[in-house]
Amino acid sequence: MCGIAGIIHRDAESDIGTEMEVMLQSMKHRGPDSAGYALFGPATDLVVIRFKLADANDPRDFDFRDRLERNRLEVESRLNKIGASIDRVESETDYAYRAVVRYDGDVKALADYLEDVPGCEVLSLGHSLEIVKDLGDANEVSQMYGLAGFRGTHAIGHVRMATESDVDISGAHPYWAYPFSDVAVVHNGQLTNYFHWRRRLERSGHRFQSECDSEIIAVYLAEKMAADGASLEDAMNESLEELDGVFTYMAVTQDSLGVAKDEMAAKPLVLYESDDLVAMASEEIAIRAVLNREIDTVDPYEGQVLVWSR
Amino acid sequence: MEQVAGERKITYDARGLAEPIADVPHVSEITDGRATFDAAPLTTRQINLELRSLIYDQGIRDVTVLNPGAKHSIGVGILQRCTIRYAGSLGYFGLGLIDGPEIVVEGRVGWSVCENMMSGVVVIEKNAGSLAGAAIRGGDLVIKRSVGARTGIDQKGGTIIVGGDAGSMTAFMMQRGRQIICGDVGPGLGDSMYDGAIYVAGKVKSLGIDCVEAEWSDADTELIDRKFSIYGLDKPDSFQKFVCGKVLYNYDNLEPSEKKLVIH
Repeated sequence: MCGIAGIIHRDAESDIGTEMEVMLQSMKHRGPDSAGYALFGPATDLVVIRFKLADANDPRDFDFRDRLERNRLEVESRLNKIGASIDRVESETDYAYRAVVRYDGDVKALADYLEDVPGCEVLSLGHSLEIVKDLGDANEVSQMYGLAGFRGTHAIGHVRMATESDVDISGAHPYWAYPFSDVAVVHNGQLTNYFHWRRRLERSGHRFQSECDSEIIAVYLAEKMAADGASLEDAMNESLEELDGVFTYMAVTQDSLGVAKDEMAAKPLVLYESDDLVAMASEEIAIRAVLNREIDTVDPYEGQVLVWSR
Repeated sequence: MEQVAGERKITYDARGLAEPIADVPHVSEITDGRATFDAAPLTTRQINLELRSLIYDQGIRDVTVLNPGAKHSIGVGILQRCTIRYAGSLGYFGLGLIDGPEIVVEGRVGWSVCENMMSGVVVIEKNAGSLAGAAIRGGDLVIKRSVGARTGIDQKGGTIIVGGDAGSMTAFMMQRGRQIICGDVGPGLGDSMYDGAIYVAGKVKSLGIDCVEAEWSDADTELIDRKFSIYGLDKPDSFQKFVCGKVLYNYDNLEPSEKKLVIH
């Protein structure tokens, strides 16, 4: 089933970490397997890389901690080698890290070089995007990664009921649009031409870290925007024709948040717009978790693509 | 998570479903046979228990529910003539399986409102989600603004009135009853419908399989005028009427129970 949520503040900054947490927690019944956040903090000239070196449910063998420590040092040395000067590398959990670096080079080269380290997966990379995802509900994940104080401008999130692939961090949403910095996607639905697109995108050099069909959307949009120079809205409009299946998905970039619904309007979405912010979710209770008052909401129609920019 | 007053513990039934055991909260203020209660601090189950206690045990026939807060599955299975007012919005699967009540929702409703309604009147002041009036068999469902997709899917009777627009596959597999839509309608209107009538005042994006435009009759005018005067709605100038083209009718094969043994 899955639940998705998005919020964008038109002008101001806000406690988007907490806002997304309460939105997702109110939809826990839609997906108890994992929860994920894509949060946009204030943009800086530094690059934030969120990566993991093992999955949450990997067996903790005798060498686990030492191996991860060795691999973390390897990641740091590779960052230096590729010309990224490290500001700091923080451990978020036993297996997830947040690196802040100064880097102006090719994002794909950097991501590929880091993911060559055993067990390494880059969860997000960008000047303001940070993706946090783990097993458990939204409260647990927020506590684990200390998201309560996270301030920013817009965010999307996802609670997952796994239907197509494993229950692990690699299968959890949101997906970073590798190798395109500051783009992420959450998805509620199923894609039926997944393998068609996966083969096609792999041939043009993209990598997939999971068996999850939703990962396609992020990479698909990224390729449209990076290679073809399309805007987010154009890329999303093309996806309605080219992606088969049932979906409501949200995509975020550094300054925009977009949502698309398939031609059948098979998956729900409730939308609230005001002068200050736009909030949307699979269920209205998620919006009311942030705005605890009587509000007017609408359900977008089939085949609609809506994009809000700051 | 904070323990809600009246909820003792959560147990699991044989199907693995969480079923919080709850008591009737008895929080209503009752004056002159009219009850009012605030749903904000209550869980779904407590709201429904309070409603049922008022209507069935205490014989109250006029209930106002404050702050329903878009919670799901509210007011399902009320089989009694009574008046219920929801001062706010309901979530998904609200007001299903009802038989008799007259209900006003002052906010909006989510997906699948009034699913399988048997009789009664439901008036929704704002929008409704998809699947509004799915499989209703009788009564009037009036939505003053827009609805989502698949409105009145599998409708078997009754009348659905929509003041605004409707989405795709409206009246999909409709079998009987009427839909009156004042705004525009999405693609696939009346797809695979068996019977019944759909009146549309706005534009129809496309008709579904075996849905055709029909001739207007005096009975149609009478119906439209009557329904709009009852609910005090602004009536559009003209409507188009759509019915089943009956091209897909294949009813010459009898059901197994209807077959007679013929000996030659």
